[in-house]
Amino acid sequence: MLTYISIFVTAIFVNNIVLSQFLGICPFLGVSKRIDSALGMGAAVTFVMTIATIVTYLLQTYLLMPLQLDYMQTIVFILVIAALVQLLEIIMKKIAPSLYQALGVFLPLITTNCTILGVAIIVIQKNMTLLESTAYAISTALGFTLALVIFAGMREQMSLARIPKAMQGTPIALVAAGLLAMAFMGFSGIKIG
Amino acid sequence: MKKKESTFWNMLWSLTLITAVAGGLLGYTYRLTKEPIAQAAKAGREKAIQQVIPEYDNSPLDEQLTYTVHNEFGETPAIIYPAKKGGTLCGAAVECSNNTGYGGEIRIIVGFEADGTIRDYQILKHQETPGLGAKMGEWFKTEKNNQSIIGKSPENNNMQVKKEGGDIDAITAATITSRAFLGAVRTAYAAYCESLKGGSHE
Amino acid sequence: MNKTKILLNGLIKENPTFVLLLGMCPTLGTTTSAMGGLGMGLSTLFVLICSNVVISMTKSIIPDKVRIPAFIVIIATFVTILQLCMQAYLPELYETLGLFIPLIVVNCILLGRAEAFAAKHTPAESFFDGLGIGLGFTFALTLLGCVREFLGTGHLFGVAVYPEEYGSLVFILAPGAFIALGFLIAIIHALKTR
Repeated sequence: MLTYISIFVTAIFVNNIVLSQFLGICPFLGVSKRIDSALGMGAAVTFVMTIATIVTYLLQTYLLMPLQLDYMQTIVFILVIAALVQLLEIIMKKIAPSLYQALGVFLPLITTNCTILGVAIIVIQKNMTLLESTAYAISTALGFTLALVIFAGMREQMSLARIPKAMQGTPIALVAAGLLAMAFMGFSGIKIG
Repeated sequence: MKKKESTFWNMLWSLTLITAVAGGLLGYTYRLTKEPIAQAAKAGREKAIQQVIPEYDNSPLDEQLTYTVHNEFGETPAIIYPAKKGGTLCGAAVECSNNTGYGGEIRIIVGFEADGTIRDYQILKHQETPGLGAKMGEWFKTEKNNQSIIGKSPENNNMQVKKEGGDIDAITAATITSRAFLGAVRTAYAAYCESLKGGSHE
Repeated sequence: MNKTKILLNGLIKENPTFVLLLGMCPTLGTTTSAMGGLGMGLSTLFVLICSNVVISMTKSIIPDKVRIPAFIVIIATFVTILQLCMQAYLPELYETLGLFIPLIVVNCILLGRAEAFAAKHTPAESFFDGLGIGLGFTFALTLLGCVREFLGTGHLFGVAVYPEEYGSLVFILAPGAFIALGFLIAIIHALKTR
């Protein structure tokens, strides 16, 4: 149990995927102008990442490894993720139209979100078990959502501030992200178990 | 040339063709690079061994043995590369890892003299923070205060950071890395002692 | 279309990092040193040129509806070839860049150029577009790597310029990456509007 709590805290706070591992910066800068769209993106990523990690993990362990095709990892994983996103879109449309209405617009953006492929590869590299991988995927996605929502809140405030012309837009957003990353560094050293 | 219509058959054969060509190309590249990759890995190991143990005239890489160490970090497999000169053992390089680093796994190789004194070490793999934990490659070799572990034996020196009552100065602002690194050194030493006693190996 | 114009377009006018703001993950993640930035830039350059040329050659046999999966397969193939070759001949650089090499697949620059340029132009033009955009990306990453390494450790390409104690470590750490890039883009904004 302690292992899972440790994975949970580490992935959300200490090694936040966006603020300390630099994955998923594009949606972090792109979809963070308003809190509600940030929440939607976060939810979609959590959903896809959990399923994608489980599927790619099973593929790696039961298909690629026995056939000694691990060098095909990158190509297989990205195709599986792309197909999965398409599939989810179709299924969601049929079964849960209201959920599709809320998350649908974010789904096409997710294929090229590097956190999904990144996490799928990280859990293989770190030799995690299936259960650990699932826990890691969920907590990483929650960490992503947390960073995104906090950042969106900051940007909503920022739109009211007067900013020098050259710093407007992306530059000030990046500096703000830097300060947020600095705040998250305060979590470093937390250790459970 | 006119663009192909998006009919089912067109989509099917074009995608199949592209995937088949891609698969073939990758299989070919894999076959071409398999040998060089294995050689690069072997050469890297050999270079590391040469740096951490005294002159030898055998082939430590071919005589390697794997021991399993049980300590506070659980079960850790450690690879011993014995260094021999004229048939007698004159030291060994021990490769092992520790998973409690700041960025996860730290994999090191430590060279021991026959009497257990640390001769040198190398970091094989790590994901520690650049500028902080990543300094371990130099820090524990530098003769300054109680930083260095070179020339010391884990038998007479407590290979732990000062904070935990040990004898070694931790890297400034990177205590977690220092703890994990020294933990790996202790594991390596335990494996080395086991190999001297002729304990069981795999 | 003029080849030099295509080349300069990618290097300056549509610089992927400073102007289009694409491929941010490797830009921030691999630039703790100038060498890392250069290595990552050149790796991306290689994949970009190859995928651009192949995509523009195959564009007439790929039906519109399946073009995205086809592009992804082509890009992923070249990334894997790069991965295998680096493991064999540049194992140390491969270790340093780590996860970011397979992640070239999802770098928006590649799919973006495939869609916006290679799918509409000749192979030769696509080659120069890949070269220009790739060099622009390499230039941006190396510059950011230089700035971070210089301010953080006092080194430049591993050569000591001033003593390490005077460097401010924050530029090597995560926050410094964001802040340094923010200011670089601001400087470029300011130069452009002048």
